[in-house]
Amino acid sequence: MVEAGPAPRRTNSGPGRLLIAVYLLFAIAATSRAGLQIATKFDEAPVAYLLSGVAALIYIVAAVGLARAGHTGRRVALACCSVELVGVVAVGVLSLVDKELFPDETVWSGFGSGYGYIPLVLPVLGLIWLWRTRRAPA
Amino acid sequence: MCPVSSVGTDSPVDGIVATVPIVLSLLVAAWALVAAVRHRPPDRVQFVGLAVLEVALLVLSVLALVAVGGGDRPGEPGAFFGYLVTLVCLPPLAWVLARMEPTRWGSAIVCAVCLVTPVVVVRLQQTWEVLGG
Repeated sequence: MVEAGPAPRRTNSGPGRLLIAVYLLFAIAATSRAGLQIATKFDEAPVAYLLSGVAALIYIVAAVGLARAGHTGRRVALACCSVELVGVVAVGVLSLVDKELFPDETVWSGFGSGYGYIPLVLPVLGLIWLWRTRRAPA
Repeated sequence: MCPVSSVGTDSPVDGIVATVPIVLSLLVAAWALVAAVRHRPPDRVQFVGLAVLEVALLVLSVLALVAVGGGDRPGEPGAFFGYLVTLVCLPPLAWVLARMEPTRWGSAIVCAVCLVTPVVVVRLQQTWEVLGG
Protein backbone atom coordinates (compact mmCIF):
# COMPACT_ATOMS: atom_id res chain seq x y z
CA MET A 1 0.00 0.00 0.00
CA VAL A 2 1.30 3.41 -0.95
CA GLU A 3 -0.88 5.52 1.27
CA ALA A 4 0.21 6.11 4.82
CA GLY A 5 -2.11 6.13 7.80
CA PRO A 6 -4.49 3.54 9.15
CA ALA A 7 -5.81 0.77 6.93
CA PRO A 8 -9.44 0.94 5.83
CA ARG A 9 -12.06 -0.58 8.08
CA ARG A 10 -13.40 -3.93 7.05
CA THR A 11 -16.47 -3.75 4.81
CA ASN A 12 -17.88 -7.13 5.75
CA SER A 13 -19.19 -6.66 9.27
CA GLY A 14 -21.88 -4.57 10.93
CA PRO A 15 -23.99 -2.61 8.42
CA GLY A 16 -21.76 -4.05 5.70
CA ARG A 17 -23.11 -7.53 6.41
CA LEU A 18 -26.67 -6.26 5.95
CA LEU A 19 -25.60 -4.68 2.67
CA ILE A 20 -24.04 -7.98 1.56
CA ALA A 21 -27.27 -9.79 2.48
CA VAL A 22 -29.36 -7.45 0.32
CA TYR A 23 -26.82 -7.72 -2.52
CA LEU A 24 -27.07 -11.51 -2.24
CA LEU A 25 -30.87 -11.35 -2.46
CA PHE A 26 -30.62 -9.20 -5.57
CA ALA A 27 -27.95 -11.44 -7.05
CA ILE A 28 -30.29 -14.43 -6.62
CA ALA A 29 -33.34 -12.55 -7.96
CA ALA A 30 -31.57 -11.05 -10.96
CA THR A 31 -29.61 -14.19 -11.85
CA SER A 32 -32.62 -16.50 -11.83
CA ARG A 33 -34.76 -14.01 -13.71
CA ALA A 34 -32.12 -13.32 -16.35
CA GLY A 35 -31.23 -17.00 -16.66
CA LEU A 36 -34.86 -17.91 -17.23
CA GLN A 37 -35.45 -15.09 -19.73
CA ILE A 38 -32.30 -15.84 -21.72
CA ALA A 39 -32.99 -19.58 -21.70
CA THR A 40 -36.68 -19.46 -22.67
CA LYS A 41 -37.45 -16.30 -24.67
CA PHE A 42 -34.20 -14.60 -25.60
CA ASP A 43 -35.48 -13.54 -29.07
CA GLU A 44 -38.31 -11.43 -27.65
CA ALA A 45 -36.11 -8.77 -26.07
CA PRO A 46 -32.39 -9.58 -26.36
CA VAL A 47 -31.24 -6.16 -25.16
CA ALA A 48 -33.36 -6.26 -22.02
CA TYR A 49 -32.40 -9.82 -21.16
CA LEU A 50 -28.69 -9.31 -21.76
CA LEU A 51 -28.89 -6.24 -19.55
CA SER A 52 -30.60 -8.31 -16.83
CA GLY A 53 -27.75 -10.78 -17.13
CA VAL A 54 -25.12 -8.06 -16.80
CA ALA A 55 -26.94 -6.56 -13.81
CA ALA A 56 -27.08 -9.99 -12.18
CA LEU A 57 -23.35 -10.45 -12.68
CA ILE A 58 -22.60 -7.04 -11.17
CA TYR A 59 -24.69 -7.83 -8.07
CA ILE A 60 -22.78 -11.07 -7.57
CA VAL A 61 -19.38 -9.42 -8.00
CA ALA A 62 -20.36 -6.52 -5.71
CA ALA A 63 -21.44 -8.96 -2.98
CA VAL A 64 -18.18 -10.87 -3.29
CA GLY A 65 -16.16 -7.63 -3.28
CA LEU A 66 -17.83 -6.41 -0.10
CA ALA A 67 -17.49 -9.81 1.53
CA ARG A 68 -13.80 -10.16 0.67
CA ALA A 69 -13.24 -6.82 2.38
CA GLY A 70 -9.57 -6.38 1.49
CA HIS A 71 -8.01 -3.67 -0.63
CA THR A 72 -8.96 -5.41 -3.87
CA GLY A 73 -12.43 -6.17 -2.55
CA ARG A 74 -13.03 -2.49 -1.90
CA ARG A 75 -11.94 -1.55 -5.40
CA VAL A 76 -14.14 -4.23 -6.94
CA ALA A 77 -17.11 -3.12 -4.83
CA LEU A 78 -16.45 0.53 -5.69
CA ALA A 79 -16.39 -0.25 -9.41
CA CYS A 80 -19.57 -2.36 -9.16
CA CYS A 81 -21.52 0.22 -7.15
CA SER A 82 -20.50 2.96 -9.60
CA VAL A 83 -21.47 0.93 -12.66
CA GLU A 84 -24.74 0.00 -10.95
CA LEU A 85 -25.62 3.60 -10.15
CA VAL A 86 -24.83 4.75 -13.70
CA GLY A 87 -26.67 1.73 -15.09
CA VAL A 88 -29.85 2.13 -13.08
CA VAL A 89 -30.07 5.86 -13.82
CA ALA A 90 -29.24 5.44 -17.53
CA VAL A 91 -31.66 2.55 -18.03
CA GLY A 92 -34.28 4.37 -15.96
CA VAL A 93 -34.06 7.44 -18.20
CA LEU A 94 -33.88 5.38 -21.41
CA SER A 95 -36.88 3.26 -20.43
CA LEU A 96 -38.88 6.46 -19.97
CA VAL A 97 -37.67 8.10 -23.18
CA ASP A 98 -37.76 5.09 -25.49
CA LYS A 99 -40.04 2.27 -24.38
CA GLU A 100 -39.20 0.30 -27.56
CA LEU A 101 -35.67 -0.28 -26.34
CA PHE A 102 -36.78 -2.35 -23.35
CA PRO A 103 -40.04 -4.11 -24.30
CA ASP A 104 -39.78 -6.39 -21.28
CA GLU A 105 -38.92 -5.45 -17.72
CA THR A 106 -35.38 -5.54 -16.42
CA VAL A 107 -34.13 -5.07 -12.89
CA TRP A 108 -33.21 -1.50 -13.78
CA SER A 109 -36.26 -0.39 -15.79
CA GLY A 110 -38.05 2.67 -14.41
CA PHE A 111 -35.19 3.19 -11.92
CA GLY A 112 -35.91 -0.24 -10.43
CA SER A 113 -39.57 0.48 -9.76
CA GLY A 114 -40.44 -3.22 -10.11
CA TYR A 115 -38.19 -3.92 -7.14
CA GLY A 116 -39.33 -1.12 -4.85
CA TYR A 117 -36.60 1.23 -6.15
CA ILE A 118 -34.08 -0.77 -4.12
CA PRO A 119 -31.80 -1.10 -7.21
CA LEU A 120 -31.54 2.71 -7.15
CA VAL A 121 -30.89 2.96 -3.39
CA LEU A 122 -28.51 0.00 -3.11
CA PRO A 123 -25.50 1.40 -5.02
CA VAL A 124 -25.84 4.70 -3.15
CA LEU A 125 -25.77 2.86 0.18
CA GLY A 126 -22.82 0.83 -1.10
CA LEU A 127 -20.85 3.96 -1.99
CA ILE A 128 -21.71 5.61 1.34
CA TRP A 129 -20.56 2.47 3.16
CA LEU A 130 -17.29 2.33 1.23
CA TRP A 131 -16.74 6.02 1.97
CA ARG A 132 -17.43 5.65 5.68
CA THR A 133 -15.10 2.66 6.02
CA ARG A 134 -12.22 4.27 4.10
CA ARG A 135 -10.26 4.80 7.34
CA ALA A 136 -10.02 2.83 10.51
CA PRO A 137 -12.06 4.31 13.36
CA ALA A 138 -10.06 6.81 15.38
CA MET B 1 -60.63 -10.10 -12.52
CA CYS B 2 -59.90 -12.62 -15.23
CA PRO B 3 -63.09 -13.10 -17.27
CA VAL B 4 -62.23 -16.68 -18.16
CA SER B 5 -62.38 -18.83 -15.04
CA SER B 6 -62.34 -22.13 -16.89
CA VAL B 7 -58.90 -23.11 -15.57
CA GLY B 8 -60.18 -25.97 -13.47
CA THR B 9 -57.86 -26.60 -10.56
CA ASP B 10 -57.40 -24.38 -7.54
CA SER B 11 -53.94 -23.04 -6.83
CA PRO B 12 -52.12 -25.14 -4.22
CA VAL B 13 -50.18 -22.08 -3.10
CA ASP B 14 -53.24 -20.05 -2.16
CA GLY B 15 -55.24 -19.65 1.04
CA ILE B 16 -54.09 -20.66 4.50
CA VAL B 17 -50.86 -22.41 3.42
CA ALA B 18 -49.64 -19.11 1.96
CA THR B 19 -51.20 -16.84 4.57
CA VAL B 20 -49.47 -18.56 7.50
CA PRO B 21 -45.89 -18.07 6.22
CA ILE B 22 -46.68 -14.49 5.13
CA VAL B 23 -48.04 -13.53 8.57
CA LEU B 24 -45.24 -15.41 10.37
CA SER B 25 -42.62 -13.73 8.26
CA LEU B 26 -44.02 -10.26 8.91
CA LEU B 27 -44.18 -10.99 12.67
CA VAL B 28 -40.53 -12.07 12.73
CA ALA B 29 -39.62 -9.00 10.64
CA ALA B 30 -41.39 -6.70 13.11
CA TRP B 31 -39.74 -8.39 16.10
CA ALA B 32 -36.31 -8.19 14.44
CA LEU B 33 -36.87 -4.54 13.53
CA VAL B 34 -37.61 -3.70 17.18
CA ALA B 35 -34.43 -5.57 18.18
CA ALA B 36 -32.36 -3.71 15.57
CA VAL B 37 -33.72 -0.34 16.67
CA ARG B 38 -32.93 -1.23 20.29
CA HIS B 39 -29.33 -2.22 19.36
CA ARG B 40 -30.05 -5.85 20.22
CA PRO B 41 -28.41 -8.83 18.46
CA PRO B 42 -30.67 -11.57 17.05
CA ASP B 43 -32.32 -13.30 20.02
CA ARG B 44 -33.83 -16.74 20.51
CA VAL B 45 -37.25 -15.53 19.34
CA GLN B 46 -35.80 -14.56 15.97
CA PHE B 47 -34.06 -17.89 15.45
CA VAL B 48 -37.11 -19.89 16.57
CA GLY B 49 -39.24 -17.66 14.34
CA LEU B 50 -36.98 -18.38 11.36
CA ALA B 51 -37.19 -22.12 12.07
CA VAL B 52 -40.99 -22.07 12.29
CA LEU B 53 -41.13 -19.97 9.12
CA GLU B 54 -38.96 -22.51 7.33
CA VAL B 55 -41.31 -25.33 8.40
CA ALA B 56 -44.31 -23.35 7.09
CA LEU B 57 -42.51 -22.78 3.77
CA LEU B 58 -41.60 -26.47 3.51
CA VAL B 59 -45.28 -27.38 4.07
CA LEU B 60 -46.19 -24.96 1.28
CA SER B 61 -43.55 -26.49 -1.01
CA VAL B 62 -44.62 -30.08 -0.31
CA LEU B 63 -48.26 -29.22 -1.04
CA ALA B 64 -47.21 -27.51 -4.28
CA LEU B 65 -45.11 -30.52 -5.31
CA VAL B 66 -47.97 -32.90 -4.43
CA ALA B 67 -50.27 -30.84 -6.67
CA VAL B 68 -47.73 -30.96 -9.49
CA GLY B 69 -47.36 -34.70 -8.94
CA GLY B 70 -51.15 -34.99 -9.17
CA GLY B 71 -51.13 -33.49 -12.66
CA ASP B 72 -51.64 -29.78 -11.98
CA ARG B 73 -49.29 -27.41 -13.75
CA PRO B 74 -48.20 -23.89 -12.83
CA GLY B 75 -48.75 -21.14 -15.41
CA GLU B 76 -45.04 -20.42 -15.67
CA PRO B 77 -43.27 -23.61 -14.54
CA GLY B 78 -39.72 -22.26 -14.79
CA ALA B 79 -40.40 -19.16 -12.74
CA PHE B 80 -42.61 -21.10 -10.29
CA PHE B 81 -39.92 -23.60 -9.37
CA GLY B 82 -37.30 -20.86 -9.31
CA TYR B 83 -39.32 -18.94 -6.75
CA LEU B 84 -40.06 -22.12 -4.78
CA VAL B 85 -36.36 -23.02 -4.45
CA THR B 86 -35.47 -19.41 -3.57
CA LEU B 87 -38.23 -19.30 -0.98
CA VAL B 88 -37.09 -22.29 1.08
CA CYS B 89 -33.50 -20.95 1.01
CA LEU B 90 -34.39 -17.56 2.50
CA PRO B 91 -34.79 -18.43 6.22
CA PRO B 92 -31.57 -20.52 6.29
CA LEU B 93 -29.74 -17.62 4.59
CA ALA B 94 -31.02 -15.22 7.25
CA TRP B 95 -30.09 -17.73 9.97
CA VAL B 96 -26.49 -18.14 8.78
CA LEU B 97 -25.89 -14.42 8.27
CA ALA B 98 -27.51 -13.57 11.63
CA ARG B 99 -25.23 -16.12 13.37
CA MET B 100 -22.20 -14.50 11.74
CA GLU B 101 -23.28 -11.04 12.87
CA PRO B 102 -24.18 -11.02 16.60
CA THR B 103 -24.92 -7.28 16.62
CA ARG B 104 -27.94 -5.10 15.89
CA TRP B 105 -27.11 -5.58 12.20
CA GLY B 106 -27.81 -9.28 12.53
CA SER B 107 -31.34 -8.37 13.59
CA ALA B 108 -31.51 -5.98 10.62
CA ILE B 109 -30.57 -8.85 8.29
CA VAL B 110 -33.34 -11.06 9.75
CA CYS B 111 -35.77 -8.15 9.30
CA ALA B 112 -34.74 -7.57 5.66
CA VAL B 113 -34.99 -11.24 4.67
CA CYS B 114 -38.35 -11.60 6.44
CA LEU B 115 -39.67 -8.61 4.47
CA VAL B 116 -38.56 -10.17 1.18
CA THR B 117 -40.13 -13.57 1.95
CA PRO B 118 -43.82 -12.43 1.67
CA VAL B 119 -43.00 -10.78 -1.67
CA VAL B 120 -41.59 -14.05 -2.97
CA VAL B 121 -44.69 -15.95 -1.73
CA VAL B 122 -46.95 -13.53 -3.64
CA ARG B 123 -44.78 -13.83 -6.78
CA LEU B 124 -45.00 -17.61 -6.40
CA GLN B 125 -48.80 -17.36 -6.41
CA GLN B 126 -48.72 -15.14 -9.51
CA THR B 127 -46.57 -17.61 -11.43
CA TRP B 128 -49.01 -20.44 -10.69
CA GLU B 129 -51.96 -18.64 -12.19
CA VAL B 130 -52.12 -18.68 -15.97
CA LEU B 131 -51.77 -15.11 -17.08
CA GLY B 132 -53.87 -13.58 -19.84
CA GLY B 133 -56.09 -16.69 -20.13
